[in-house]
Amino acid sequence: MLGLNKKDTYMFLLVLALVVFAPFLLNPFPENSELAQFNAGYPDLMQRFLIFGIFAIGFNILFGLTGYLSFGHAAFLGVGSYAGVWMMKLLTMNVIPAIFMSVVFAGLFSLLVGYISLRRSGIYFSILTLAFAQMSFSLAYSVLTPITNGETGLQLALDDPRVIGVSQVDGSIPPANFFGMPMRESFEMSMGGWLFTFNAGYYLCAVVMMIAFYIAIRIFRSPFGMMLRAVKSNQQRMNFTGLNSKPYTLAAFVISGMYAGLAGGLMVAMDPLAGAERMQWTASGEVVLMTILGGAGTLIGPVLGAGFIKYCENIFSKINDNILYDWFAALPDGLADALVFIIHPFIGKGWHLTLGIMFMLIVIFLPGGIMEGMERIGRLFKRRKPPSQDKSAPQASAAPAE
Amino acid sequence: MEILRVEGVNKSFGGLRALNNVNFSVEEGTVHAIIGPNGAGKSTFLNCMIGRLAPDTGTVMFGDISLTGMKPHEINQIGVSRVFQTPEIFDDLTLLENIMIPALAKRDGEFALHAFARVDQDAEIHDRAMHMLEDVGLEDKRAVTASSLSRGDKRRLELAMCLSQDPKLLLLDEPTAGMSRADTNNTIDLLKRIGDRGITKVVIEHDMHVVFSLAEKVTVLAQGTIIAEGKPEDIKGDPRVQEAYLGGAHL
Repeated sequence: MLGLNKKDTYMFLLVLALVVFAPFLLNPFPENSELAQFNAGYPDLMQRFLIFGIFAIGFNILFGLTGYLSFGHAAFLGVGSYAGVWMMKLLTMNVIPAIFMSVVFAGLFSLLVGYISLRRSGIYFSILTLAFAQMSFSLAYSVLTPITNGETGLQLALDDPRVIGVSQVDGSIPPANFFGMPMRESFEMSMGGWLFTFNAGYYLCAVVMMIAFYIAIRIFRSPFGMMLRAVKSNQQRMNFTGLNSKPYTLAAFVISGMYAGLAGGLMVAMDPLAGAERMQWTASGEVVLMTILGGAGTLIGPVLGAGFIKYCENIFSKINDNILYDWFAALPDGLADALVFIIHPFIGKGWHLTLGIMFMLIVIFLPGGIMEGMERIGRLFKRRKPPSQDKSAPQASAAPAE
Repeated sequence: MEILRVEGVNKSFGGLRALNNVNFSVEEGTVHAIIGPNGAGKSTFLNCMIGRLAPDTGTVMFGDISLTGMKPHEINQIGVSRVFQTPEIFDDLTLLENIMIPALAKRDGEFALHAFARVDQDAEIHDRAMHMLEDVGLEDKRAVTASSLSRGDKRRLELAMCLSQDPKLLLLDEPTAGMSRADTNNTIDLLKRIGDRGITKVVIEHDMHVVFSLAEKVTVLAQGTIIAEGKPEDIKGDPRVQEAYLGGAHL
């Protein structure tokens, strides 16, 4: 289907199903239950899953395939965001021009950064991209204030021209919309104790992400994708084979920069403001974590990694001591105090500690990330079948990156 | 007809004169061996030919194209392939992919943004790669990752990668180094077979057995200077060559 082989088609349909039914899947607990705080099925968080999923898919095209580790990809996301807000200020509140121009501007900026940074490889390349991103971050706060509005962040205003659309509706800023359908509009469905929210913005993100994911699959399976893996494997052999590795790495860099811009544009479409903190090195580091956590070089891994980190960020950070005491209410007081004391550093503001420990465990024990973990579990189940089928296992593991 | 012509090449590393006014030419369709003791400058010479090192002075002509100043991928694109002393292959990729890459490079040039084509549906490239794998006897391992191969197999793979490009000139840097006797003989047979395709070969070699079973012409390099050149039989008896090899123990 769609020019994909059987295995990829199944994978694509699986991801499609997960994305379409996410409002159900992420809300497994009834509204009034104790566990409702573990529900992630609200629009804001679901949008972020998809947006950071796109960001990580794009980053993986560069890092997973070519092995070039960029520490500055948040800069492209930031540039995309600013471009998006400016489109909404100048043109129209329709999100399509905003998203489109986000991709274009991020692409142009990544062409410039990539052209310079790709003169070096390895750690020097990483440092160069980091330097560019931090430079953009600082400039956004200082010299470029007329464009970025400095610390306040770039926001919409009532007197923005919006030449194609309207400046204001009934004295307020018109909402971001997709040809008239506001992004914030949601349809709520109540079933028994459960409440499911279907948000217009979420489904726009879903369509965009599925397109982005589809393009990534095609790139992975193309001659171009194979050349990118050749860059990672042995650049010297590549050059002596008559291939110029520079345009290949630059193309991969620009494509991944455009994915980052797309993510930035979608962020703006969901919530029309842009701040410089989006370009900070911690944001660049986050996408590296997502990709490695999920499994660099795999197709679904980065999306899982993005979802995992965003889930931890939102859910773990919301658990506080009172909630813990609720959970341990059945235990004797002294024991409950002790347990809360032990768990305290890992929750609320301390969720980074939990994330850090998980990241270390995964990198040490599962260098291939979540995807490797799933593969190992899959193999465990396979081993129980008759030994005649076991012979196909080594061939399957020798197959190219998925 | 001469396919490769090297004139007055000098190369120094700091105070060390690695190549001293080397003049050298290769006839089209022949197997030309370069021999010499350790440190004679054989690998430096090869690197100057292939664009990995720039000679200080002198010219390297491939047909009527000057190779000086050209980048490695440009030199490959005009028909010069190279087998390295330690096999340079794509370790993380399968054998089939290892050969598809050079085949694609030959067909599509140094850069092609075919990001939406399906590599597994490219019958022409696939067949070509399979054919090459059969030629070197590795077709059963086509789905195996190249890093798991033995050293001898890696070298055969590298050779197949070079041959898949139908090069006009093939440079081999010690193609049998570190191989068992049996593997060495297999490699000699393989190289003889590909000789039938009319590919000109320049072989750098230590092993005299290999040199005398393959080469039609031998050039002897010692301390960066050519000290003898001629048919293998003539070289065998040359006293200067025997002296360069410490009394001819190897011969």
